[in-house]
Amino acid sequence: MRIGQSSAIFLVLIGLLAGCGEEKAATDGTDVVRIGSVAPLTGAQSHIGKDNDNGARLAIEEINAAGLTLGGKPVKLELVSEDDAADPKTATNVAQKLVDRGVVAVIGHLNSGTTIPASKIYHDAGIPQISPSATATAYTAQGYATAYRVMANDAQQGKALGQYAVVKLDARRIAIIDDRTAYGQGLADEFEKAAVAAGATVVAREYTSDKATDFTAILTSIKGKAPDLVFFGGMDPQGGPMAQQMQRLGLAARLLGGDGLQNINFIKLAGADAEGVVASSPGLPLEAMPGGAQFRQKFEARYGPIQVYAPYAYDAVNILVAAMRRADSAEPARVLAELPRTYHPGVTGPLKFDARGDTAGGAVTLYQVRNGTWAVLETVH
Amino acid sequence: MDIFIQQLINGLVLGSIYALVALGYTMVYGILELINFAHGEVTMIGAMVALAVIGALLGASPELPGLMVVLAGVLVAVPACMALAFVIEKVAYRPLRKAPRLAPLITAIGVSIILQNAAMLIWGRGYISFPAILPQGRHDILGASVTDLQIAIVGLSILCMLGLVFLVERTRLGRAMRATAQSREVAELMGVNVNTVISATFVIGAALAAVAGVMVSAYYGLAHYYMGFLLGLKAFSAAVLGGIGNIAGAVLGGMLLGIIEALGAGYIGDLTGGFLGSHYQDVFAFMVLILVLVFRPSGLLGERVANRA
Repeated sequence: MRIGQSSAIFLVLIGLLAGCGEEKAATDGTDVVRIGSVAPLTGAQSHIGKDNDNGARLAIEEINAAGLTLGGKPVKLELVSEDDAADPKTATNVAQKLVDRGVVAVIGHLNSGTTIPASKIYHDAGIPQISPSATATAYTAQGYATAYRVMANDAQQGKALGQYAVVKLDARRIAIIDDRTAYGQGLADEFEKAAVAAGATVVAREYTSDKATDFTAILTSIKGKAPDLVFFGGMDPQGGPMAQQMQRLGLAARLLGGDGLQNINFIKLAGADAEGVVASSPGLPLEAMPGGAQFRQKFEARYGPIQVYAPYAYDAVNILVAAMRRADSAEPARVLAELPRTYHPGVTGPLKFDARGDTAGGAVTLYQVRNGTWAVLETVH
Repeated sequence: MDIFIQQLINGLVLGSIYALVALGYTMVYGILELINFAHGEVTMIGAMVALAVIGALLGASPELPGLMVVLAGVLVAVPACMALAFVIEKVAYRPLRKAPRLAPLITAIGVSIILQNAAMLIWGRGYISFPAILPQGRHDILGASVTDLQIAIVGLSILCMLGLVFLVERTRLGRAMRATAQSREVAELMGVNVNTVISATFVIGAALAAVAGVMVSAYYGLAHYYMGFLLGLKAFSAAVLGGIGNIAGAVLGGMLLGIIEALGAGYIGDLTGGFLGSHYQDVFAFMVLILVLVFRPSGLLGERVANRA
C-alpha cells in the first residue's frame, strides 16, 4: 500500500516534470497547441470511442500536414487522448486532468451521460468543448458558453420524428412509451409535442424501465385503445422484445423509435418482428454526406472501417480550428468569442452553431428495417 | 372484456415462470430455513448455457428443427444447473450449516455476485438474442391473443409442478425430504441421510430453475448476465406471498404475483386518471405483498415461516 502510494506520487512528479518540459516543446520555433479528445477507449463502447478518437486524430494530422499559422507563428497541433470508460465519474476526472495539462479545447465526450458532468469542468476552466455525439438537450441547456455539439440534439430528433409520424406515416392515434431515463423520456416528450402540434391524438402514455423485458401488460392496455402507431423512447434491449411482443399480441400498429433503436442489435433482438420498424438517427447517412465518400476513403485507408461518429469528431476538430484561424490565436477566450460566428463546410454537412451551442438546422435521418437491415427512408432538416 | 382476458393470460404466463423459480426458494427454505439468494443466478446460468448450446447447434447445421435444438439446449442446461447447485451447496452452505443464520445468507449473496460476474466474463455484457426457431402460431381465445409458446410455457410449468408434488408426496426421497423438513435431527436418527436429501433439494430446485431460465429467454427473446437478479427477487416475493416453505403456496404466490403485475400495469394508469403511470407496476405488486403479510404474516398458505424466520 505504502509502496503503491509513494510510487504513484513519484509517477505524478515525473509526469509533472515531463509536462513542464513539454509545455513549450518548441523544437524548431513552432508552438505546440494541445487539444483534448475524450471517449470511452475501454469497455463495451470502446469500439465507438476509438472511432471518435481516430476521427479527431485524422483531422489533426491533416491540419498539421497542411501547416497552421496563428498570430504569425507556425503552430503544431497535438491531440491528447483520454479514456472516460463511458462512466460519468471517470469523465470528470479525465476532464480535470486535461484542464491541468493545459489543453486549449476538448473534442468530446461520446455519451450524453459523460459529456454533461464534464462540461461543468470545461466551463469553469473557460475552454471550449465540442461533443461529436452527445444528443441530450440538457447538455447545451445549462447556459455554458463553452458547450457545443456538431450533431442534432434529442429535441431536434423528437421533433423530426413527431412530424414524420403524422405527415408521412399518417398516424392519427399515437401511443407513447418511454423508459424513464433522461434520454428516453426527453425524446418521448419532444416527440409528443411535435406529434400533437401536427394534429395527432395521444391515446396512451405508458412507462417502463431500462431494465424491463416484459411489456405485455402495457401493450395490451395500448391495444385496447387501438392506436395506429406506437412510439418508444428507449434503447434496443427493450425495443427488441417490445417489437416481438407487439406481434404476439396482435397489436397492428407501427413501432417508431429514436437512435436508441437504430442499430444492428435491435434487429438481432427483434428478429423477424423488426421488419417495418422505423427509427431515426441524428445526422446524415455517410453516403449522403457532402464529403462522405472522400472521408471514408481517407479514414479507412488509415484506421479501417468507420463505426459511427468518426466524421463528426473530424468535423468538430475542423470547426474548432476554423474558429482558431478566425481568432488568429489558440487562446481559449478568443476562440470562444469566434466559435458562434464560425461557419465550416464539414464532411457531415454545413456546420454553424446557434445561440445555445447546438448545430443550427441539424439533420435527422429516418431509417426502416427492410430485409433485416436498416434502409434509409429520408433525411429531414 | 377481451382486454381483461388478455391481461389475465399475460399474467398467467409471467406467473407460471415466477412459480417455477419460486419453488426452488421454497423447497430450500422448507428444509434448511435458508434463503438461497443465488437461485435467481442459477436460472440465468440455465438460460445462458441453453443459448450457448442452441447457438452452437445452429452454427453447425442451421436446418435442424427448432424444437429439437431448443430441447437439446434444455437437456444440457438442466444437468449443468443441477451440477452447479450441487457445488454451491457443498462449497458455500454446507460448511456453514451450524453457523448463525446470517452467515449462509451472506455467502448466498456472495455466490450470486460471483455467478453474475462469471457469466459476464464468459458471455459478455451484451444482450444475447434467442434465435427465432420456435413455432410462432397465434390463436384467438375469447378475443385474446395466445401464442403456442405461451401455451407451452404454462403447460410445461404445470407439468413440472405436478412432477414435483408427486416426487415430494409419493416417493421415498420425498418422504425423506418431508421428514428432514420437520426435524433434521429426528430424520437423521431414523436413518435418513440428511446430506443427500439436502443436496437433492438444491439439485431439484436448480433443474426447475434451468427450465424456467430457458422459458424466460425464449419468451422475451433475450438473455443477459443480469437477468437472474430481478427474476429471483420477484420469485422470492412470490414464495413469501404464498407462504415460504410451502410448495402449493409458491405456485399460488407466483401465479398471483404475475396476474397482479399484469393487471396493475394494465389498469393503474386509467384507474387513477394518469396520476400513477404503468411504471408503478412493481410498487403495486409489492403493496399487495405488504398487505397480505400484514394480515397473514406466514403468507397465504404458509405454515412454516412464523416460528422460524
